[in-house]
Amino acid sequence: MRTLSKRNRLLLSAVGLFVFFGAWEASVRTGFLPSGMVPAPSSLWQAWLDEVHGGFWQQAIVDSLSHYSLGLLVGSIFGALLGLLCGMVAVVDGLLEGIVRLLRPVPGLAWVPFAILWFGLNTAGATFVIAISVFWINFYAAYAAVRSVDPEFYELAAAFGHGSFWGRLFKVVLPASAPGVMAGLRTGLGQGWMSVVAAELFGVPGIGARMMQASSLLATDVVVVYMLTMALLYALTDFLFGFVSSYILRWQP
Amino acid sequence: MNGSGSVACLEDVGLSHDGGQNFILRHVSLSLQQGEFVALLGPSGVGKSTLLRVFMGLSKPTEGRVTGANQSAAGVAAGQREAGKRRAQALVFQDARLMPWRTVLGNVMFGLEGLALTREEKQARALAALRLVGLEGEGGRWPRRLSGGQRQRVGVARALTVDPDLLLMDEPFGALDPITRGALQDELLKIWLQTHKTVLFVTHDIEEALKLATRIVVLSGAPAGITGELRVEDTQKDPNSSAFKVYTARLRAMIAGEPDPGGAPYWHSAEI
Repeated sequence: MRTLSKRNRLLLSAVGLFVFFGAWEASVRTGFLPSGMVPAPSSLWQAWLDEVHGGFWQQAIVDSLSHYSLGLLVGSIFGALLGLLCGMVAVVDGLLEGIVRLLRPVPGLAWVPFAILWFGLNTAGATFVIAISVFWINFYAAYAAVRSVDPEFYELAAAFGHGSFWGRLFKVVLPASAPGVMAGLRTGLGQGWMSVVAAELFGVPGIGARMMQASSLLATDVVVVYMLTMALLYALTDFLFGFVSSYILRWQP
Repeated sequence: MNGSGSVACLEDVGLSHDGGQNFILRHVSLSLQQGEFVALLGPSGVGKSTLLRVFMGLSKPTEGRVTGANQSAAGVAAGQREAGKRRAQALVFQDARLMPWRTVLGNVMFGLEGLALTREEKQARALAALRLVGLEGEGGRWPRRLSGGQRQRVGVARALTVDPDLLLMDEPFGALDPITRGALQDELLKIWLQTHKTVLFVTHDIEEALKLATRIVVLSGAPAGITGELRVEDTQKDPNSSAFKVYTARLRAMIAGEPDPGGAPYWHSAEI
């Protein structure tokens, strides 16, 4: 594939977006797409303003962000830590292998009944569901990252007096597995937003709940407003994370 | 065997990875004297690196005994190590083995972490080591930006900065181009004359061994043992001298396990 300059890529992606929204608007206006089923892009602006004036939009963002960030934090930390531990300590790895195989295929959404039962229809319940789905991504990313650490670095650490578990952890495993762990965190960042909708579908207030309300009123324009809101929030968090990540991994080519 | 000048000593060491069925090393006795530059010469894969790791304490011998530098009577130096300011040994790897996530200075400082030094002392010692290997002012660079020769200089600086009694080098210049290798050999000799470190230098290159070492120990066979030993005087280091050619032939024979053709002084058999 021929590579494009950064400027040309940006330009092309803007053109793509323009064509996409243009074609969408045209199909609704010409009646190719029924306006009851698909809102015209031109109607989104007004729908967004109404949501903002009512204060729903801001509140939904605050609510969702609080589930999102807390769930992300808990899921990422526990997932990465357990992944590192399993990657480093064969006994822990062996001990947990069966449990991991058992629980891994259960999707985050399947935990909703328990989330409601254990935490109720509140922030904690939604946080739990988000945390679980983020947990596995970080677990496997960290595990794989530790496993791929070049064993020669362990020998180096031992040669210079850092052969203990903690020496290996801090001098080798953490820095060497940082790229993999960071990639896991980044994937979790996106997965977290998907789980926000899932976690809120059962009634915890936030963007997902607001979308459900709007769709039950057939207010498709409001649904799309929140879809775009979520895309924007994801882009923003990913962008900010990219900064942090490229600073931490500045040693990489 | 462990005289007052001995820095480290192997006594009848054997090493097996399968509990004594097959030995990699067998009946190896080698004593390193304070200030000597010993080249450990042998064919690739014979177990030279393994022997180095036994000295380093990274491999435990199945048989025999390793006496480390801590038994040496190097008064002040030993006192300093007890206070945790130095390490008994330091290793230079064939592949330099720099941590890509640390800068050049960070890699050199790695050896000092855990020693009883203040941050300023560590920094000062790391910078001094970088100066010694000719990388002054390069401390802020990332390893991936360095050439092979520069990377190996950092590896040498990392080992020197801990001020070891014994400097172990595992074919450190083996992967370099001949021009860089020659330059680094010259610098290593200069550093050795400045610091009076005891050096054990693994190589499979006869010329390199003759150029650098004051004593050459030949390791060969399976299981590997010491099959010969030569002292090298300064007059025998000239590649154009007849002594150099005689020594080269003798070392070849020792490596191949053939009888020693003889022809120069200071030869002793390894059978003790």
